[in-house]
Amino acid sequence: METLMIEAEGLTKRYGETQALGGIDLAVPAGTVLGLLGPNGAGKTTAVRILTTLATPDGGGARIAGHDVVREARQVRRSIGVTAQDTTLDEALTGRQNLRMVAELSGLRRSAAVARTRELLDRFELTYAADRLVKGYSGGMRRRLDLAAGLVTHPPVLFLDEPTTGLDPASRARMWEVIQELIAQGTTLLLTTQYLEEADALADQIVVVNHGRIIASGTASELKAATGGARLEVTLTHPHPGALAALRPLTESQVDVSRDGRRLRASVATGASVATAVIRALDAAGALVDDVVVHPPSLDDVFFALTGASAQAADAAASAEDVGSDQLQGVSR
Amino acid sequence: MTALAPAAVTRPAPSDSLRQRLHEVTVLTRRNLLHIRREPLQLSDVTIQPVLFSLLFVYVFGSGVALPGGGSYKDFALSGLLALNLTTAASGTAVGLATDINTGTIDRFRTLPMWRASMLVGRSFSDILTAVLCLLFVAGTGLAIGWRPDASAGGVVVGFALPLLFAYALTWVTACLGILSADPESSQGLGLVLLFPLAIVSNAMVPTQGMPDVLQAIADWNPVSAVVAASRDQFGNPNPSASLDSWPMQHPLAASLIWSLGIIAVFAPLAATLYTRRTRD
Repeated sequence: METLMIEAEGLTKRYGETQALGGIDLAVPAGTVLGLLGPNGAGKTTAVRILTTLATPDGGGARIAGHDVVREARQVRRSIGVTAQDTTLDEALTGRQNLRMVAELSGLRRSAAVARTRELLDRFELTYAADRLVKGYSGGMRRRLDLAAGLVTHPPVLFLDEPTTGLDPASRARMWEVIQELIAQGTTLLLTTQYLEEADALADQIVVVNHGRIIASGTASELKAATGGARLEVTLTHPHPGALAALRPLTESQVDVSRDGRRLRASVATGASVATAVIRALDAAGALVDDVVVHPPSLDDVFFALTGASAQAADAAASAEDVGSDQLQGVSR
Repeated sequence: MTALAPAAVTRPAPSDSLRQRLHEVTVLTRRNLLHIRREPLQLSDVTIQPVLFSLLFVYVFGSGVALPGGGSYKDFALSGLLALNLTTAASGTAVGLATDINTGTIDRFRTLPMWRASMLVGRSFSDILTAVLCLLFVAGTGLAIGWRPDASAGGVVVGFALPLLFAYALTWVTACLGILSADPESSQGLGLVLLFPLAIVSNAMVPTQGMPDVLQAIADWNPVSAVVAASRDQFGNPNPSASLDSWPMQHPLAASLIWSLGIIAVFAPLAATLYTRRTRD
């Protein structure tokens, strides 16, 4: 039987008027990676704060490595490493002093703390800046040091709250490498992210959250399958009033039209001649076609289908995502 | 990135031992001292201020104060200056804790398997070390301008130890202020509003005999007065309060110990409770 390292049932949390979590269930088997995916304000950080004993749930419960996060918070803290979204480093200390402090406060003896600090600085390529104040560190250096601080005791369960948000491509690449090493070592990982690409690349299992609730979960391929059919994207030379009507018989979903009226997106049944049929139909309607793309649904499609974001927002986010994924692909190779 | 060694399991064995707690406190004390080393000007209230206050009070006020029962104002002033400077410097604890609570560092500490109160005890320890520095500056200035104790070495040690104990007790009061206040700036303001009257409405810098009745009653029961009177007795310096009727002025040593230990007994657990409540969401 598989051991669950992270379990949550019906977690709820309210901050004043805001229902941050509206009942979240999670189950993460040992040695696997859960990606918690959602936009800003979806409740990802609140979930992480509860699971890492920083916040108490209003309802429901959670166990980490078999320990209750409320009643056995101390045992939970012995089993986890945490890298929060906001860096938790002491700005007025050097990188080395920060790690040594965390190591000693985690229960390592002085000599062990010194050795472990040296090892982590080396592994995260921070040795050259070890004796500089953290105040002067770049964003990428801070994230790496913060992650190093979370790894001081080789914790079996690791929480990374948006580990690459705000990082430049090179720093994100390094962060991915480190995370993949940790996964290879068998660490159980809960990772929150706004980047679909990131969840797809790193997580075994993805949970999509929005407004404090789980709106979908499964593997990346299950989520893609759940949205059904392939995705069709047509770019017209000019907006055409008959294009929508011409496409409708061929599609399985509503057709989204971009603001300029030139880009049309919809789900279609996968079939050999779909592209031919589309071009013929548009040609018959008198619309000129620049480009036709038919592809299996991406996580972007899944996410936007689930959260019901408008086509315009989808476009904007998709173009932003394109930039991100190009950078990331360079990284993962 | 360098290649990784296989995941060695070096997780520390669960340890709630007193030794581990002391170690945590030492680590956090050292952290606070490192902060001071980065910004030594933080120490001006325990270095420059004591020198300034000593000179101001002795040469400006001292020239106009006649002590009931006689004696030199310089000898009278030293214990008062100790209490005055140590009391006002206690606002540093409030500022330090408010700063800690308002940065992300607190979240890091809270996810570590450490004793919650280590944070507070570490803060009180580093603050008592700065209080010792304050004491050295007051004593040094005093000796330079002519203060002399007239007592045994033991008496002198106790004469210094009593204000220091009181300063330690006060750090727990200002710790509560620091935890309750929204940010470091307001905690500093709040601290001074409380500590300044506490230090001044006392026998620290003037004999209370000349005060209006109500004020004198307050001053005679003020813990600062008990500490100052006890310290003067120990140093063998003039202590005009000895002729007053109120119980604390008749038994200043007992009164100052009761006050200091009582404040610790009440405010240390209170600070721990407030801290837990403030840092939980």
